[in-house]
Amino acid sequence: MSDALDIALRLIAVFVAFLVFPLVIGQTEHKVMAHMQGRLGPMYAGGFHGWAQLVADGVKFAQKEDVVPAGADRRIFQLAPAVALLPYLLVLVAIPLGPGNVVGQSLDAGIFFVLAVMGVGVLGSLMAGWASANKFSLLGGLRTAAQLLAYELPMLLAAASVAMAAGTLSLPGILDAFHWWWVPWQIVGGLVFFTAGLAELQRPPFDMPVADSEIIFGAYTEYTGLRFALFLLAEYAGILVLCALTSVLFLGGWHGPFGADGLGWLWMLLKTAVLAFGVIWLRVSYPRLREDQLQKLAWTVLIPLALAQIALTGVVKVVIS
Amino acid sequence: MTLAAASHGFLSPTGVEIAFLLVGLVTLGAAVVTVTTKQLVHAALWLVVALGGIAVEYLLLTAEFIAWVQVLIYVGSVVVLLLFGLMLTKAPIGRSENADSGNRWAALIVAVASAAALVWVVTDAFRTTWIDLDGAVQGSTEASGRSLFQYWVLPFEALSVLLLAALVGAIVLSRKNDDRERSDGSERPGSGKQSGPREQSGSREQPGSRERPGDRARLREDQG
Repeated sequence: MSDALDIALRLIAVFVAFLVFPLVIGQTEHKVMAHMQGRLGPMYAGGFHGWAQLVADGVKFAQKEDVVPAGADRRIFQLAPAVALLPYLLVLVAIPLGPGNVVGQSLDAGIFFVLAVMGVGVLGSLMAGWASANKFSLLGGLRTAAQLLAYELPMLLAAASVAMAAGTLSLPGILDAFHWWWVPWQIVGGLVFFTAGLAELQRPPFDMPVADSEIIFGAYTEYTGLRFALFLLAEYAGILVLCALTSVLFLGGWHGPFGADGLGWLWMLLKTAVLAFGVIWLRVSYPRLREDQLQKLAWTVLIPLALAQIALTGVVKVVIS
Repeated sequence: MTLAAASHGFLSPTGVEIAFLLVGLVTLGAAVVTVTTKQLVHAALWLVVALGGIAVEYLLLTAEFIAWVQVLIYVGSVVVLLLFGLMLTKAPIGRSENADSGNRWAALIVAVASAAALVWVVTDAFRTTWIDLDGAVQGSTEASGRSLFQYWVLPFEALSVLLLAALVGAIVLSRKNDDRERSDGSERPGSGKQSGPREQSGSREQPGSRERPGDRARLREDQG
């Protein structure tokens, strides 16, 4: 009985985190972007500095009509937002928040689970792009697929480097093996992983698949109401997952200069928040990469860098053992 | 793995065995729909169900590592590549009646023959082998890695050489086309020049024009 209760509590905690943190990131994006552009951003909803703006947005989205275009493939069109969103919920289960047992479910092949399930999320964008019966959506879907194929490889290679360093694929296991000097040792891999993750999430500067000034909103052009909101939520959940993963793999997760026992979860949240701020900052400050520049960056810069990181990891590992 | 067929009857299956059978049926059904449906993209999506079902079967056999690799490679990459290819062609919504090659019977014969051979070989090899679910996990990453690099190194290396050959072949083929294009005329520099200024104007617009949730919603409200 207590086992079942334990599992239920963990799942509820993960679900609450899944509902709360993406909204926090979204609200932060509203405010940070606004201040970086010399605006105030939302100020009215909820009273204090518009903190409830995204809740109000959610209510608004829920009230809107859910339109399916006449020429669309109805079932796939309606299924796509769920396929895009659910993988991120699953991934959160495997990410450790603190030392010991503070993780939804400790998995033996945690890295592979996380990367595999994140890759499935992109299928949602592809389904949406094809099923909308809209040429802009189809273009968006094509660009999404090309981008995923290019950036999946450097992401995997960078993660493999950390797994080599730790000698395990389990995320809590990697954190147990972590030492502070891993940060400079794996820094190149970390940058490659974070960049490739941004591209996989289609965040600026890698937002060619949704480039609004040329293909309207890519695969999501035809979506309205709640289903559109689910796609937006998937994007913010993706930011949460990417930042949490980067801090677990490359920044030591719950390790900190002090208070590792009681305050581990705080370090983890802090690192994730700083990375999420960086994601928002990049959106405000960098121009969009063109499609050929995107592909060139992945194949000629990121993959060689990731391979070099793996070589370095191997050499250092052999030397110190 | 133990040789203990006597203690495992077929008439009193455990929950895991029932789940294994049911998932197997779903996988088989999805695979059959994949090759019989007339809608091309639906076929690719049913393939996702079939490959995912196989991953669940691996999980039920305690091979966690293999299961996630299956999802990563097949669902995450191969199917995405398939969909990419389908989208580059016409891939219409609805049934495409003329997407039949006329090799239907030959394909059926080959499929049945290879399925029969596989089923025969696998049942013959693993007939009396049972996985002890209560003992140590036998499909963990460590166990897979050990057996792969201790007992199966030669096939592993042979496969990697095969993949390398395929990679080199792909590069050779694509470079041959490249030379021909270059000798044909000035297609590449021209397209490069065209896209230059467009990109600049796009990037200059970018920070202001990307107020996504709000802007788009506002636009819709104006329309409606």
